[in-house]
Amino acid sequence: MSSLPRLAVDIGGTFTDLVLDIPGREALSAKLLTTHAAPERAVLDGVAAILGQAGLAPAEIGLVIHGTTLATNALIERKGARTALLTTDGFRDSLEIAYEHRFEQYDLYMERPEPLVPRPWRFEVPERLAADGSVLLPLDEAALAALGPRLVEEGVEALAICFLHAYANPVHERRARELLAGWLRPEAICLSSEVCPEIREYDRASTTVANAYVLPLMERYLGALEAGLAALGCRAPLLMMMSSGGMTTLATARRFPIRLVESGPAGGAMLARLIAAQSGIEHALAFDMGGTTAKLTLIDDLAPQQARSFEVARAARFLKGSGIPLRIPVIDMVEIGAGGGSIARVDALGRLAVGPESAGADPGPACYGRGGRAATVTDADLLIGRIDPEGFAGGRISLDPAAARRAVETDVALPLRLGPEAAACGITEMVSEAMAAAARVHAAECGKETAGRTMIAFGGAAPLHAARLAQRLGISRIVVPRGAGVGSAHGFLAAPLSYEVVRSRLMSLAELDARALDALFAEMRAEAEAILAPAAPVASLEERRQAFMRYRGQGHEVAVPLPPGPYAGRDAGRLLRAGFEATYRALYGRLIPGLEVEALTWTLSLAEAKPLPARLPPLPPAPAPAAARQRRIIDPATGAVVEADVFDRAQLPPGARIRGPALVQEEATTTVIPPGFSAAHDAAGHLVLEAEAAA
Amino acid sequence: MSGAPSEIALQIIWNRLIAVVEEQAQTLVRTAFSTSAREAGDISAGVFDPEGRMLAQAVTGTPGHVNSMARSVGHFLQAFPPASLREGDILITNDPWKGTGHLFDLTVVTPVFLAGRLVALFASTTHVVDIGGLGASAEGRQIYHEGLYIPLMHLARQGELNEDLLALVRANVREPVQVLGDIHALIACNRKGAERLVAMMREFGLTDLSQPAEAIIARSRRAMGEAIARLPQGSWSASMTIDGFEAPVTLAARLTIAGDRVLVDYAGTSGLSRYAINCPLCYTEAYTCFAIKAAIAPWIPNNTGTLDAVVVTAPENSIVNAPHPAAVFARSVIGHMLPDLIYGCLDQALPETVPAEGTSSLWNLTLLAGHGLTGSGGSATRAFTVTTFHSGGAGARPRQDGLSATPFPSGVRNVPVEITEAITPLVIWRKELRCGSGGPGRQRGGLGQRMVVGRRDGEAFALQARFERVRFPARGRAGGWPGAAGRLSLASGAPVAAKGLQVIPAGDRLVVEMPGGGGYGDPLDRDPALVARDLRYGLIEEAEAREVYGVILGPDGEPDGPATDRQRAALRTARASAADPG
Repeated sequence: MSSLPRLAVDIGGTFTDLVLDIPGREALSAKLLTTHAAPERAVLDGVAAILGQAGLAPAEIGLVIHGTTLATNALIERKGARTALLTTDGFRDSLEIAYEHRFEQYDLYMERPEPLVPRPWRFEVPERLAADGSVLLPLDEAALAALGPRLVEEGVEALAICFLHAYANPVHERRARELLAGWLRPEAICLSSEVCPEIREYDRASTTVANAYVLPLMERYLGALEAGLAALGCRAPLLMMMSSGGMTTLATARRFPIRLVESGPAGGAMLARLIAAQSGIEHALAFDMGGTTAKLTLIDDLAPQQARSFEVARAARFLKGSGIPLRIPVIDMVEIGAGGGSIARVDALGRLAVGPESAGADPGPACYGRGGRAATVTDADLLIGRIDPEGFAGGRISLDPAAARRAVETDVALPLRLGPEAAACGITEMVSEAMAAAARVHAAECGKETAGRTMIAFGGAAPLHAARLAQRLGISRIVVPRGAGVGSAHGFLAAPLSYEVVRSRLMSLAELDARALDALFAEMRAEAEAILAPAAPVASLEERRQAFMRYRGQGHEVAVPLPPGPYAGRDAGRLLRAGFEATYRALYGRLIPGLEVEALTWTLSLAEAKPLPARLPPLPPAPAPAAARQRRIIDPATGAVVEADVFDRAQLPPGARIRGPALVQEEATTTVIPPGFSAAHDAAGHLVLEAEAAA
Repeated sequence: MSGAPSEIALQIIWNRLIAVVEEQAQTLVRTAFSTSAREAGDISAGVFDPEGRMLAQAVTGTPGHVNSMARSVGHFLQAFPPASLREGDILITNDPWKGTGHLFDLTVVTPVFLAGRLVALFASTTHVVDIGGLGASAEGRQIYHEGLYIPLMHLARQGELNEDLLALVRANVREPVQVLGDIHALIACNRKGAERLVAMMREFGLTDLSQPAEAIIARSRRAMGEAIARLPQGSWSASMTIDGFEAPVTLAARLTIAGDRVLVDYAGTSGLSRYAINCPLCYTEAYTCFAIKAAIAPWIPNNTGTLDAVVVTAPENSIVNAPHPAAVFARSVIGHMLPDLIYGCLDQALPETVPAEGTSSLWNLTLLAGHGLTGSGGSATRAFTVTTFHSGGAGARPRQDGLSATPFPSGVRNVPVEITEAITPLVIWRKELRCGSGGPGRQRGGLGQRMVVGRRDGEAFALQARFERVRFPARGRAGGWPGAAGRLSLASGAPVAAKGLQVIPAGDRLVVEMPGGGGYGDPLDRDPALVARDLRYGLIEEAEAREVYGVILGPDGEPDGPATDRQRAALRTARASAADPG
């Protein structure tokens, strides 16, 4: 399979990106506008176009890897199926009551997001399990039988079933599906014990409901895409990119489409991982900055930081708690409203604030001349000389520096009584500080540091801001990949086939039943194998186990990597406690002697052992080229005006080292090399910036 | 203060200080043991200058710590002047009058030194699992009943922990390991704040914080002053009667907007309770300030400059200015009601701005069993204690319905039913919205919830009750009607009192019906389509739609326009004559 051409397709909100990787040849790419009414159309058009370009027949493709924002958009725009929810009697409002929480302490007019299932479609049935999974009240089958016709009457297209403690025992949920299968297609009935068998009823219900809500739509779309590719003559397997950074089969994607949300950003993280492998980076910080947001991901020993919870469709865009919580495996990235289009303004306290509101691409920053009047980060970058007004987007968009100056003057310089250049510096400094703060907090939450990492900067705005952000975070090395402006689809090609299974079972380590634990992991392994076996030989799969543990009495668990099993006969309690203590100490600096430790949730993930590219050898140094021209820029770190050499990235010879202040321009972005940094292309064509003297 | 870099640098320093205290708070939440700390965010964290002025405070789940913790550092500096502090010293107290209002809140203060010089202090507070005495009970009569009292003292001297104090704590509390764990969490979060602060000062080449401190305080004070100066000037009064413990309590306030300050005086408020619902003045100040800031200037961060703009006075020995030795454990019962009272005043100055009254005081369930409380089996009585956080309905807003099952003014979060059941013998049989509990209005009050709680093994258990709005419901505003009153009962039928220790006999279940929020505006002005929706959603009964909202529905469930107009006209006439029988 690896010797055949592979095709990656990423459907984003605006563009559908395709990358065709042909062994021994330069990769080809194509970009089309996303066709929202029937997203497969842009994909199929793109496939035809890119194959034409390559001179390949559809039948020659060995593998298609696909990621899409379709599920995410359906949740944000509330355009999913007519979904019903069936709960334990007395708990249909759990989905609405949520955490009984206001996410904005001081806002008298706050609104909580509407649940995806309105109250009339939230049904209840008498049944009850205890926390250990034993039956307190049997399932009332007669009551359930009466529900079937009502689902049909209401035109329900998908049903989520979420009973209390179903994570401990799925028996009632399964029986309910059997009994309702005559009224609703069983494929459109989602069980919480299958989608998210994890303790905490609201989170589990929220995830299961979201899965049901997007399921019919994704089923339809994936069917149409599969048929369309077949009609083109493409017989290659189609794999789907997941939020975890792994790929899964079409069959699994149809059952658990919720795992496909945020696959685009996950692709970006996988791209950074690939570059980390090529460049031999043990501790990386991936920094992806586009028009509206910046995303930061920690990657250690080629493993992006993982998490099990995520919030989609935040009402107040970046406010924690304002969205729909999902418990799915995700790449743990911090996302903040800081991008090229982020709007700068001065608040009532005279404080300069940048974002999260964004001018987007339309009308866009003031300098686009498309009617945008607000001062944005891009306007500030233009004013301080970082962007060439004639060289933006390969020269296709000509920028208006006067409009940028006007906007920055009106919105920021006058209220702060600063000159326009100083105000522009202020904007870039503020946005850089906001990203640095987010990165610091995120690293601290993971028990890690940003200092000493290598930054991998990609996305249209990242290379402009990378060096200044690196200075703030104690980072002295930055890699700006080749084609830094292009996104996730490249990363899809580097993703392994993988699947993660979760179970909640509260176990005290002091009285750990190692046999029961072995049985639990065997069951999880079988479930994951069944999903991956059709696409990957079982022998090629690597297993990773984690337990979410805490001191008894605490409310937050920490994710602890576990040694391989089996555990019976190995003093497993002590083994697991040692793992917990190592993780706890790394996170919080100390242990609490004398307290019992318990594990609440267990995960097992299987991933295809995929060889990453070997580290590339260093290039012999080459003489520094002469600059094409020079431009005056302002270094916001000092406020000083400096003459920067300007280079065209395509003309930069491999191995040639240039010194800051300098700008390296390419079609999609410009890399800023401030005073005190130097840069050179490596063997893979990545631009590597190094601080000349550690700060 | 002129020149670009210093202005922008100053603003970055301010943002950074806020980020530092948020990280300090997060560290505390994630390592704390008490459920009120981690689920309810009943903690606080802040940074102070050597004069004891608060420069930044994390936004946490509890506004109740805002002013109280801000003042606590001043009390510490009075007892231990800056010149006496050494690197490695750590201070502690749980003095309700010099800390944050009850013995359960431990406040730890850590001085920070740079190049041998005191540059700042970090303070943090958390509500611990237990502090001895009666425990989480509102039945204490004096502070001496309420547990271990730690006056302002050293927790560490130059890096040496005060082991004598720790031994005393260990011997006096019910969960010594967890309480000691919380003390270490407080120490650690202050240390984290200090590390970040020192790194920032090095980055910006600062040797002290005096310049940023002056700027932060002066700018905040000015912004707060300007926000207040834009309001109508004058004085307005309001009062509210609530259930109280042994007798109803009247809360009265007079709010004066004078220039750039807001003065609030609680003259006319009831005297002290014999039980533990008394509120120290520091806690009264906190909820007063919170209410005013949320209504007029929510965007200004809390620091000494903003807090100074609100001046609170109250007669000594009133329930909102309780002196030593009054019992104060459940001071939040009163404190949480103060914003409703303040809004009764502000509504007269700023119509169509503030919400109607809500449930306000939390409906937390502190459930337990143990020897002497639910049985007399000694160690054979299986003991447990758990507190879960719950809320009734919030008041309707001028243009929005009230939030159902949502706390205000507190910012707590609930604990999942599955977690509670996994760690206790309890079974929560129902937890759902309580139909009809939202106060009628043009905007409807938020709904309360109904919970039914039993025990899996059928044995007796007990409830530490401290619930409000059972006799006196949340009132509506601008013609809105009151929300439903709360109610406690046994599944077998008998009522359960809303204050004090209540035992649920073996085999029975506890039924908790939480109050609804008050409505806003005349219910006859509510959009009939919303009334139809509320009925379809089961949030109101048909009788309420017809008799209270005057909405008549057609066979399709949609409002019948002409019939509704007739019904509303008839109800208007009837209500007018009822109000004015002359």
